[in-house]
Amino acid sequence: MSLIHRTAAELGRLIATGEASAVEVAQAHLDRIAEVEPKVHAFLHVDPDAVLAQARAVDGRRAAGEPLGPLAGVPIAHKDVFTTADMPTTAGSKILEGWRPPYDATVTRRLREAGLVILGKTNLDEFAMGSSTENSAYGPTHNPWDLTRIPGGSSGGASASVAAYEAPLSTGTDTGGSIRQPAAVTGIVGMKPTYGGSSRYGLIAFASSLDTPGPFARNVLDAALLHEAFSGHDPMDSTSIAQPVPPVVEAARQASVEGLRVGVVKEFGGDGYQPGVLARFQEAVDLLESLGAKVVEVSCPSFAYALPAYYLIAPSECSSNLARFDAMRYGLRVGDDGTRSAEEVMALTRAAGFGPEVKRRIMLGTYALSSGYYDAYYGSAQKVRTLISRDFDAAFHQVDVLVSPTTPTTAFPIGERADDPMAMYLADLCTIPSNLAGNAAISVPCGLADEDGLPVGLQIMAPVLGDDRCYRVGAAVEKAFEDRWGGPLLKEAPAL
Amino acid sequence: MSAITRDEVAHLARLSRLALADEELDHFAAQLDQIVGAVARVAEVAADDIPPSSHALPLTNVFRPDEVRPSLTPQQALSGAPAVEDDRFRVPRILGEEA
Repeated sequence: MSLIHRTAAELGRLIATGEASAVEVAQAHLDRIAEVEPKVHAFLHVDPDAVLAQARAVDGRRAAGEPLGPLAGVPIAHKDVFTTADMPTTAGSKILEGWRPPYDATVTRRLREAGLVILGKTNLDEFAMGSSTENSAYGPTHNPWDLTRIPGGSSGGASASVAAYEAPLSTGTDTGGSIRQPAAVTGIVGMKPTYGGSSRYGLIAFASSLDTPGPFARNVLDAALLHEAFSGHDPMDSTSIAQPVPPVVEAARQASVEGLRVGVVKEFGGDGYQPGVLARFQEAVDLLESLGAKVVEVSCPSFAYALPAYYLIAPSECSSNLARFDAMRYGLRVGDDGTRSAEEVMALTRAAGFGPEVKRRIMLGTYALSSGYYDAYYGSAQKVRTLISRDFDAAFHQVDVLVSPTTPTTAFPIGERADDPMAMYLADLCTIPSNLAGNAAISVPCGLADEDGLPVGLQIMAPVLGDDRCYRVGAAVEKAFEDRWGGPLLKEAPAL
Repeated sequence: MSAITRDEVAHLARLSRLALADEELDHFAAQLDQIVGAVARVAEVAADDIPPSSHALPLTNVFRPDEVRPSLTPQQALSGAPAVEDDRFRVPRILGEEA
């Protein structure tokens, strides 16, 4: 089997035992990147020399007899919204074109400490705002299953790079579904940890009460290994949880649902859901039952208001967070001709540097927070947030995990929803509640829709700090499906 | 709920420090009006007795000892600045001509 088709766990083992060098593994992935990037465009930055230097350092540590962690020497694609002191960081925006941050994000630092080899920075919707990666200022990423379709978003470069075998692992961030939705539509695994379980330090902020770094992988165990590598308490993030990382790797190895209570969220289904998505979801529920889970229907009535609440809360926070792009300290500056005031330069720079979706959200948030409208919009949305947490609390009294389709549809064609914001926002219908409540949720592949032959994701939601349950159930589903399919779903993807 | 007019978008753009072109104002007015109309539904269930949540998890202030630690050097802090003068950020004029 070629190195690019190996799992991250296997690659780590091959490198630790010396059966393969980190340089060989890195070179195989660089070759793959060179081969398929013209079609996929998952990356915004790759520096082969810097990649090989990292790999050589791991090989050197092994030669010196230093103990290596399970992912040492394993290549990873890093979402271009985490700061990296040795690589440009753009957040997919023209306003940060060419910016070199003066420091590493905590997630970046922990990847380096674990010996992961960072292949480059992946494409995303500008400032992680979007569900298709079409909002990137640097052009869209293409879904490896069908290059005319979106790879999901905002972490679309991250999902596409893993699905196209350019990297066995990638990082993402999930504010309203930006890890789970791209994972679902590219047939891979994506996990949103409990909010505060992974550090936001050095993550370029979109909506601070929602933003959560998380892993992508082609299988559940690999995702758990990466989750464990970069998560955990960080004193540099004041909302970081000061508790140990849940036992996610052990749970992924356990892979059992025997005796577990699984709730099917009644509100996720019906109008707006593609029949092929609902059919694959029902099969996954039947599978869980056949594996020994006790399946019940659960009602979460407030979830119907999650999408509107999110599209008030996230833009409100973004309008405040993106005020830092003021053309004064870093990034783009436009129109400074010696006659204009700082405020005029600021407004010209922001108009030139931000794309349409970012402008829309900044203005929407400014509106929702303005006096006279605050109570009706932002205030009401915050109350809905309370109701959603209460629905989750009540549900998790009855069941151990909740399940739903990850997305209402499979990957849609590039361009189809590009100038229809409300249609685009519907992609996150099922994922948003877990961002508002902060609980853990994962997406794992559950088959191909009959209509279009494209991947469908199963979302598994667990309580706050119950991340291990997502992995335990996800791994059980994965194992049973792979037995049925004769291997991973991704082997059905067309060759690039 | 009031509809979002072109004038209102112009006002929001000013507040947001976005120098938008005229055609952008028209385009955004129609889209923002549609979005605001859809998200206004939150008011249907936001009863008086429900406490608002600004955050998913309970938050407390976090403190660290007040000790001097290494931080960015002036060169690092200024490394991405559009304009620099004498180890400082150089910015366009902030006050009016008369000041």
